[in-house]
Amino acid sequence: MRRIKAPEIEEKVKELFIESNLSLAPGVLEALERAYEEEISPLGKEVLKELLENARVAREERIPLCQDTGLPVVFLEVGNEVLIEGDLKEAIKRGIKRGTEEGFLRFSVCHPLSRKNTWANDPIVHYELVKGDKLRIMLLSKGGGSENASKALVLPPWAGKEGIKKLVIQLIEEAGPNPCPPIIVGLGIGGNLEGASLLAKKALLRPLGTYNPDPELSELERELLSEINDLGIGPQGYGGRITALAVHVEMAPCHIASLPLAINLQCHCHRVREAIL
Amino acid sequence: MSLKIRTPLTDQTVLELRVGQRILLSGTIYTARDEAHRRLFELIQKGEPLPFDPRGSVIYYAGPSSTPPGRVIGSIGPTTSSRMDPFTVRLLQLGLKGTIGKGKRSEEVKRALVEFRAVYFGATGGAGALLSKCVKRAQVLAFPELGPEAIMALEVEDFPLVVINDAYGGDLFLEREKWRRGNCQNPPF
Repeated sequence: MRRIKAPEIEEKVKELFIESNLSLAPGVLEALERAYEEEISPLGKEVLKELLENARVAREERIPLCQDTGLPVVFLEVGNEVLIEGDLKEAIKRGIKRGTEEGFLRFSVCHPLSRKNTWANDPIVHYELVKGDKLRIMLLSKGGGSENASKALVLPPWAGKEGIKKLVIQLIEEAGPNPCPPIIVGLGIGGNLEGASLLAKKALLRPLGTYNPDPELSELERELLSEINDLGIGPQGYGGRITALAVHVEMAPCHIASLPLAINLQCHCHRVREAIL
Repeated sequence: MSLKIRTPLTDQTVLELRVGQRILLSGTIYTARDEAHRRLFELIQKGEPLPFDPRGSVIYYAGPSSTPPGRVIGSIGPTTSSRMDPFTVRLLQLGLKGTIGKGKRSEEVKRALVEFRAVYFGATGGAGALLSKCVKRAQVLAFPELGPEAIMALEVEDFPLVVINDAYGGDLFLEREKWRRGNCQNPPF
């Protein structure tokens, strides 16, 4: 058994939350640079220029990329040969709270009904038990605007690939400028209601520029990206060719009666950090 | 080219602005988002004074991240404006001349912009670090207990904006039809 002390995890989570807010996830800067070259709408180009400039200011001056420093979503892969000394859950919570304070981030989490700020940025944590003696922590700082434009539902089985595509296009068309395009689209197909949602969220963690290894799904990713960019929504919704930077699809088997689908939209300000202890 | 304008906004200035125009705004603007709007509305209903005079004013839908030492303010980009739609018409009636945010507005708000001669500006979402550099002074005016949602007076200089909805019923987002592939030979903006 390999021993990892809870305070070590707390420190790492704190660092990941702060750092995730200071620079874009792998591949995003390159995708924005490419988008700037390809965009022909003058206003769209201006927005992309601001975003590239923003990334530089955030990195150099160590100020958050976006004022919405996100709802922290933590994915933990715990090796079965790892023994955690102390309270893992508490360590993550403390790491996030300290990260918010020490990194001058924003407390963006509140009671759902009274709307009172919890002053804790209570994270969403997903645990997975895997083989090995390592602990992998992935942290996604997820903005509210793009999450608000996302959707999870269960379709009838006959809806198929065409039904899925239609819904994705419809959702992105309706959302228009609201989720801060150019967006990244995470699609979870199959599983069940919460399974599809988790798949969609995990799809967002994949580095930009990578495709699903399943040829049928990578084809769906390419087709959808092209159709989304045909919508003409453009950067910030001001019109243009670049509406999405990437589409990531993940799939799981589902019940014979249903076709669960989750569409998780992510803004261009895509912030993911990872560490292995 | 960007047009330079200054707050408070007059009818004359508002009427010069057209959809798609790039603007550099200077002067005082006020932050207010979800909870602050709910509270402003309560004050209006009770007939009590507001933390700032709405006449000629500009509201910025924003809640900054914390201010690091040595800086004027933290990251401060716009939030989604549509959530403030239910409160906006009343504020426009009271003389509010401009709002800054991101995303679409409701039909009611768009109609009221024409009726009360006001304008809706877009700031670039997710560019909060860059936008923070245009803020020269910041002061909490009301509801400090709301933290990032408190109402603040910001002194801004050359704050970069785009006119999304003008006082003539123009809507930048409707123009996007022109950008559908195959029909964007003549860029509208």
